[in-house]
Amino acid sequence: MESVQQTSHKLGLLDLIKGKAEGENMLQECARLRHEFTDKPLIFIGTGTCGRIAGAMTTLDKIEHYLEEKSIDATIIEVGCIGLCSAEPLVDIQLPGKSRLSYKNITSDKVTTILDDTFNNRVTEDYILAQFPNNNLMKWDNVPFINELNFFRKQRRIVLDKCGIIDPENIASYIAHKGYKAFAKTIQHYTSEEVINLISDSGLRGRGGGGYPTAKKWKVAYNTTSNQKYLICNADESDPGSFMDRAVIEGDPHKLIEGMAIAAYAIGANKAIIYIRSEYTLAVKRLTKAIEQAKELGLIGENILDSGTNIFFQIQIGAGAFICGEETALINSIEGKRGSPRPKPPYPAERGLYGKPTVVNNVETLANIRNIINNGPDWFKTIGTENSKGTKVFAISGKTINTGLIEVEMGTSLYDIIYDIGDGIKNEKEIKSIQIGGASGACIAGDNLDIIIDYEELQNSGAMMGSGGMVVMDEDTCMVDVAKFFMQFLSNESCGKCIPCREGTRRMLEILENITRKPKEHNQHESLERFRGVMMLEQLGKVIKETSLCGLGQTAPNPVLSALRLFREEFEEHIYERKCRANVCTQLRTFHIDVDNCNGCTICSRKCPANAIIGSPRKPHFIVPDKCIGCGICYESCKFNAIYTV
Amino acid sequence: MDEILNKYARTASGSLIPILQEVQKAEGLLTKKSIQEVGQYLDIPVSKIYSIATFYNQFRFKSLGKFHIKICRGTACHIEGSTTILKELEKSLAIKEDETTRDGVFSLEIVSCMGACSLAPVMAINGEYFSHLTTAKIHSIIEEYRNYK
Repeated sequence: MESVQQTSHKLGLLDLIKGKAEGENMLQECARLRHEFTDKPLIFIGTGTCGRIAGAMTTLDKIEHYLEEKSIDATIIEVGCIGLCSAEPLVDIQLPGKSRLSYKNITSDKVTTILDDTFNNRVTEDYILAQFPNNNLMKWDNVPFINELNFFRKQRRIVLDKCGIIDPENIASYIAHKGYKAFAKTIQHYTSEEVINLISDSGLRGRGGGGYPTAKKWKVAYNTTSNQKYLICNADESDPGSFMDRAVIEGDPHKLIEGMAIAAYAIGANKAIIYIRSEYTLAVKRLTKAIEQAKELGLIGENILDSGTNIFFQIQIGAGAFICGEETALINSIEGKRGSPRPKPPYPAERGLYGKPTVVNNVETLANIRNIINNGPDWFKTIGTENSKGTKVFAISGKTINTGLIEVEMGTSLYDIIYDIGDGIKNEKEIKSIQIGGASGACIAGDNLDIIIDYEELQNSGAMMGSGGMVVMDEDTCMVDVAKFFMQFLSNESCGKCIPCREGTRRMLEILENITRKPKEHNQHESLERFRGVMMLEQLGKVIKETSLCGLGQTAPNPVLSALRLFREEFEEHIYERKCRANVCTQLRTFHIDVDNCNGCTICSRKCPANAIIGSPRKPHFIVPDKCIGCGICYESCKFNAIYTV
Repeated sequence: MDEILNKYARTASGSLIPILQEVQKAEGLLTKKSIQEVGQYLDIPVSKIYSIATFYNQFRFKSLGKFHIKICRGTACHIEGSTTILKELEKSLAIKEDETTRDGVFSLEIVSCMGACSLAPVMAINGEYFSHLTTAKIHSIIEEYRNYK
């Protein structure tokens, strides 16, 4: 049974969405929900998946324990990820009247220190990250503002703006941040055509990779007559190195639901399906809860806001196949078939799920819709470059100092991303290359960082926008090995329907394996194959690109071809000189012992799995080159730096 | 089993994958018997169900070990050296990918990307995560779990 108070609260929320309630009480309630003021201390902890992996749950336990022990009355709020993964677990504390402080890397052992200090009005300088700016609250002295940090300064957050700020499990928190206003406005004041025109004017393009104009897809589906239409949100994010969609769903699930509701209204679909990876358990949990809450308020479901419109939501859990990120394969998977792609045309917008018009949009695309409706297409058009409007979220990982989730305006240069937001390369090494766009993407050379984020510009430089994974590599990375890694992934994930992709990716992988294989196991035939293979690599890649059925095959050779184009000398070294300059290809390296540094401690000879190290105790040891398998265990275990590789 | 099946309509082909997911969740794996039952209920040939179930990475036909190890093989983990970690794991457990040790204690699975790229290389044992792995760290973790059994 619902109490009267709860019902009135609910009515208040609905009025707020419709823009009717502007009463003093309600405004104050909203400000409280936005944490603009607070009566008791608030403790925010980032418990997204990345936070949990870093240990946020034990930190949370510890905080609860601490509060109970000291009998302090404080509210703990679990939030999503703010993006700075390398600083997880993040704990924020807001004392009444004071601005919100953010502490970094708070594992459970640091909890007592920061809470002791903060509750006594002191800042623990060792762990402080920043404070949140708010004019109505008292500032802390000598603490930088969060938007002035290098990591945030050059970002422009539209999709991620509330991730890590709002409570993802409370719809009221979202509504207090103008949530569902765009949807209410749409459903009450706009026709489907008008919505499509608004999105068309804004120039929004699909964020899933290809960059197809979103409104065009919608228009086709809208113009196709059918008694049933579907909207599908593609959250099957399985590109290695990308986790943007997960962060959006974990941190701000209502933003996605609102975007989907608007999109479904625009195309006339009464069913909206979210296809999400099974690995994303937390995202599924938060999304399910968010859908329930929205349904309870009557924002989705039957007869929404008395308009007569019905939109039913459904979550479909993917079963783990990379290919299902391709829209037709995804549709097959929802229909309970093998996730292999269908030939296009007909496009899904004409004939998709169960033969009905279906629009498949990416999470980030849909998360942009709300702000476009709220602020108008002209506002959106001012952001970005001529042909690429808005912002793009990237998951930046690898060898930069700051790693995590970033959102930048289109037109930002790679240099700014790596050296300002990423704060440069770890251990003062040189950047070698950036892999952008995941398994279908390509490499960009480290000396070519003037390239800006823009669909066309990236395409011209041989890369592609892709889903948004950005892996930064330094001189310790072997490009042949990276190319081999992607080929291995793709040949595993190829669905097997069309021959160029199924056979072609395997052959490319074989060639790459041949050139990184141990030299002494080679017979003449293999050497011949090795040389021949490399000559064929480019040609083979071209054929796969031109003749494959779907996007996976058409882009599969990209990582290899781009690496070959930019780092040809490295490939040639592997083939002719049989060496790997980064010392990554283990089969090509051999280790040696520096006689001057070795004191004969015998650790290496005991650990060597191939019994390749000989020598008696307290006398310098020797590695038999023919026996050495290049595993590097001796190198790691030597305490005297006596082992080196050439 | 019947409980799971009765939740779904007999006619909808779209319910096959959700049913298989639920069966696997309840039983830990897909057995021949359960697949036959699903086939009878939905009126789909068993061969067809196998063709679908083997297509997706999620479905298992072998039981897992008491401690299920998932090791991430995403790009960032690869660059940070997950190949060595994987080899070391395979060696110390004496099993390969998708296998279970004879005593049923450990099983090993390779997953594409866990999205914890900034903590690479990572692995998870029964949902507990371990980050910034090194070969030395692997040994102590495995040893700890072995004694724990």
